Amino acid sequence: MLPRGTDDALVQFHNVSFSLPTVPNPIISELNLTVERGETLVLLGESGCGKTTTLKLVNRLLTPTSGEVVVEGKPTTAWDPIALRRRIGYVIQEGGLFPHFTIAQNVGLVPSLSGWEPTRTHERVSELLSLVGLDPDRFAERYPRELSGGQRQRIGVARALAADPPLLLLDEPFGALDPLTRASLQREFAELTKRLGKTAILVTHDVREALILARRIGLMHKGQLVLLETPEQFLASNHPQVRAYVETLELAGGRQ
Amino acid sequence: MNFCQFLQLNWAELLLLVRQHIVLVFLAILIAVSIGVPTGIALTRYRALRGPVLGLANVMQTIPSLALFGFLIPLPFIGGIGSRTALVALVLYSLLPIIRNTVTGILGVEPSVREAAVAMGMTDGQVLRQVELPLAMGVIVTGIRVATVIAVGVTTIAAAVGAGGLGVYIFRGLRQYDNNLLLAGALSAALLALAADFLLGLLERRFSFEAKRKSATSVKLRLALAAGVVLLLIAGVAFWRSVARPTPTSQGHVAIGSKDFTESALLAEIAAQMLEARGVSVERRFELGGNLPHEALVSGTLDLYPEYTGTSFTAILHHSPIGDPRAVYNQVKQEYADKFKVEVSPPLGFENTFAILVRGDEARRLNLKTISDASPQAPRWRAGFGQDFMSRDDGYPGFSKTYGLKFAQVREMDLSLTYIALASRQVDLIAGNSTEGRIATLDLVQLADDRHFFPPYEAVYLVREDSLTRVPALGEVLSRLANAISTDDMRGLNYEIDGNKRDPKEVVKEWLKTKKF
Repeated sequence: MLPRGTDDALVQFHNVSFSLPTVPNPIISELNLTVERGETLVLLGESGCGKTTTLKLVNRLLTPTSGEVVVEGKPTTAWDPIALRRRIGYVIQEGGLFPHFTIAQNVGLVPSLSGWEPTRTHERVSELLSLVGLDPDRFAERYPRELSGGQRQRIGVARALAADPPLLLLDEPFGALDPLTRASLQREFAELTKRLGKTAILVTHDVREALILARRIGLMHKGQLVLLETPEQFLASNHPQVRAYVETLELAGGRQ
Repeated sequence: MNFCQFLQLNWAELLLLVRQHIVLVFLAILIAVSIGVPTGIALTRYRALRGPVLGLANVMQTIPSLALFGFLIPLPFIGGIGSRTALVALVLYSLLPIIRNTVTGILGVEPSVREAAVAMGMTDGQVLRQVELPLAMGVIVTGIRVATVIAVGVTTIAAAVGAGGLGVYIFRGLRQYDNNLLLAGALSAALLALAADFLLGLLERRFSFEAKRKSATSVKLRLALAAGVVLLLIAGVAFWRSVARPTPTSQGHVAIGSKDFTESALLAEIAAQMLEARGVSVERRFELGGNLPHEALVSGTLDLYPEYTGTSFTAILHHSPIGDPRAVYNQVKQEYADKFKVEVSPPLGFENTFAILVRGDEARRLNLKTISDASPQAPRWRAGFGQDFMSRDDGYPGFSKTYGLKFAQVREMDLSLTYIALASRQVDLIAGNSTEGRIATLDLVQLADDRHFFPPYEAVYLVREDSLTRVPALGEVLSRLANAISTDDMRGLNYEIDGNKRDPKEVVKEWLKTKKF
């Protein structure tokens, strides 16, 4: 008998460690974490804390040195990596768009790979472009370099959503944008995941972003999960590292 | 004859050579791409192989082309003489830029793009075909472009192994000191290289995604490319079949070779025409450099080629020179039969030995008759010798020792250029061929070998024993030619080619007619 809570867990980390032969200290050590269906979990931490590695362990771009990562009840090592990745949307900084593909080809990539009918892919592309606020007629046949940074980032999100995956992984998706564009994209993204009921794991070093988007915030430091709290609990925490983050927020935004 | 007149007379042959050149380069690049690109891809997957493989390709490219052709001749399947050997060498030269640029191009793909491709659930093959190769294509085409331009150049050397192409004109032009031939060969090769560079430059720009237009254009381009590839493949196959051995006729088939100087080619042509008159089909593999004819004869690619007993005796059998022509002939005949299963024909009737030559005016002024007469002059003279003469035992080392000669300067240069160099006072003494037609016309004087240093070089044909049994007409032709060509005959024939710039085939045809063969 599985415990009752398992049904709600989409991703679970069980004592996961990850290290590289060339690096003395483990990148991730003894990580335990459960991501529930429908939530947006934000992993917060400075560069090199292991948050991106954590993300890559989910879609098996990396496999744990010890412990296991369970996705939809099955360890990633037991998944066919191709099938696993097609069920997980992935968004990285600057979008990672293919420069030689049109916007339509970029967004329609996973449906095409999964063997959808061209007409169905075409409809889906139009639908997604509208969803992320870009006019399909204007953008479908353009190339990524013809778009602004913010538009490229929207395309990145649209591409990740294309095959309607239950889970989205986002690695600093809004990091390279100007503050105004970033703010509006963050708002839209929060609204979008809520509306579509997607589960998302988002990695950032921006505490403001974490507070806006997260249902729960996981603070990472030197490969370990230091704290896992809701934004409200996070702000109230006395943990010294949390205080350090909150102080940068107060310096930047003023006390409200 | 000026260059325009030359082109008017020879445009058909020039076009043929250009076609051979293009087909050789194209086939070589096609093969090199189909080996090099997959190799390059493999190297991006197996990092440990990268150093050794790239190193090997690098070494391959540093081997001088003539040396590489030399290594290839004795090898089975890929060796021999003709376009196949040339192709192998060209492919080896083309590999490095193609492999290296494939590796560079693929490794140069933005890591975030590759990571995104993998994370989207693309298989390895899909990442390669849909992402890495398209993005690396511009760099790969650059590699192909570099390889093609190099191949156009190297192909000119391929004439030395009988592969044809524009090198035929360049080598012939050097030998005959004919600027029209040189210019026609070199200019055409240069134009080909420029054209290839330009066309591949266009292709490169098309392939780099930055300049990519609508997908419709690229479909059209792909169609055009495919059509081009098919056309050139057809041309290649046609060429391949034309260079492949013709089907033997009832009277048999022989492949005749010659060395890369006029007299050797003339003697080969004489045998060829006499055999053709007897219904034997003849494949001409003339103007082969260095020891290639010998290698080819022993390996069975050639059935026959003209040679000099003294050369066989010293350069092939590695004996020290001796003075008695009979003894040399008999020993060469015996050893060739034992070692190579090659028959030495009866002597053709003339000798060709190294002739020590000086300018006529100088000889008369200083009253020079023999080499010993000239030795006091050596310290203020510059000497010019062919590469062959410089390196062999019966050449410069023994020669200078025997006569105690110390020249002010010794220049090693192409043999055919030494005559002109002497006449134009660039050098003061050379070692030419005694049957050279230009000795008389340039007013050069041969100094007598008063210490009998130079061994006798009787002209003979070398022929494989199995060829004699296979083609009975060969034996008959060789016995007809015994003692049939005098030294004067040979000088006259040589002069018709080198002096009057006439076509060897015509000259030989006339000569055979007057001799009533």
